[in-house]
Amino acid sequence: MHTDKTSKAYLLLQLFWIFFKIGPATFGGGYAMMPMIEKEFVDKRKWMDRQEMSDLMSLAGSAPGGVGVNASAFLGYRLGKIPGALAATLGITLPTFIIVFLLSVFYSMFREEPKVQAAFKGIHGAVIGLIAVAAFKMGKNALFDRTTVITAAGSLALLLLTGLNPMVLIAVGLVLGITVIRLKKRLGLPVHTERARQENEPVIEYYI
Amino acid sequence: MLFWQLFVSFLKIGFLSFGGGYAVIPMIQYEVKQHGWLSTGEFQRTVSIAGMSPGPIATNSATLIGYQTAGLAGAVTATAGIVLPSLLIVILIAAFFYRMNANPWVKSSFYGLRPIITGLIVYAAIHFGFPNPSEAIYHWTTFATLLIGVLAFVAITRYKLHPVTVIVCSCVAGIVLF
Repeated sequence: MHTDKTSKAYLLLQLFWIFFKIGPATFGGGYAMMPMIEKEFVDKRKWMDRQEMSDLMSLAGSAPGGVGVNASAFLGYRLGKIPGALAATLGITLPTFIIVFLLSVFYSMFREEPKVQAAFKGIHGAVIGLIAVAAFKMGKNALFDRTTVITAAGSLALLLLTGLNPMVLIAVGLVLGITVIRLKKRLGLPVHTERARQENEPVIEYYI
Repeated sequence: MLFWQLFVSFLKIGFLSFGGGYAVIPMIQYEVKQHGWLSTGEFQRTVSIAGMSPGPIATNSATLIGYQTAGLAGAVTATAGIVLPSLLIVILIAAFFYRMNANPWVKSSFYGLRPIITGLIVYAAIHFGFPNPSEAIYHWTTFATLLIGVLAFVAITRYKLHPVTVIVCSCVAGIVLF
């Protein structure tokens, strides 16, 4: 027989442990872990159905922050309120924190080795590629009319040519979107806030 | 004082880090430059390590920058700073605005946010590819690094290779080439 308190503690421990296991698989951020989370929460433990899961995931993609952290906080809150959200977030953050920390210590020990420096030059190239992939995927999804293309080009030009604080741009983006859509509605222009999609194309709100 | 600065900087970044990872790099770079925490070269290496590790690149960068400026306690402070806003906002959404995504206000603000996030990521790629335009741009290693970048891009988008495979290959290529 479990008392309420021990079963609650057990739930928190389970949440922590599930995300602790999934954490290291979140390579480059969230999207790799989505199928794993679904397997644990929907198939194995039957804590929620697939529809609720996909609603939570799309919410996780639109809140600020890494989609992995957001998803774990959502699921944790859904099952165990605030302590659940804390346990899940700690679970997903801790393993990557430890890995990054160890890599950093390793790097500072061997940074003078020419072969370690050479390896890092190669990795530097790969990270350029990874960032370009993220830009490409985001652009494919985000740039679908004249306003969005001009906004993207304008923000890039501002960043390259002036020392503008990027955080200001984010704030501008929030206001701009709302203003342009209202203006278009007032002028009676057709309004699309998202790119038109094919019938069975997946909606991806999360990026690498 | 340093801990407080680290915490506040990453807290601000955390609140505005829409679009997850790479769009946040220019924001982190801006804060690092303002406070003089790392040199450009150190920042480049930091982002490389953050990019090759599992987990979101933004959180990883926070951990690394915190560690380099103030040791283990700094790493914990910076990581907590960048994760806390997500946690707070997610709890608020989960508790009050469950149907938020269908809201027209949210839809219109994302209409403006997405292209700006695209601009930020492109800027991050350019800045990461050409850290100091004045310094050795015609050096062969700069071209070799960019070539690895192009190959990585093609490998992932066209041949659907896993990012880990690409990073391991480029690591080997680096050891052989440089």
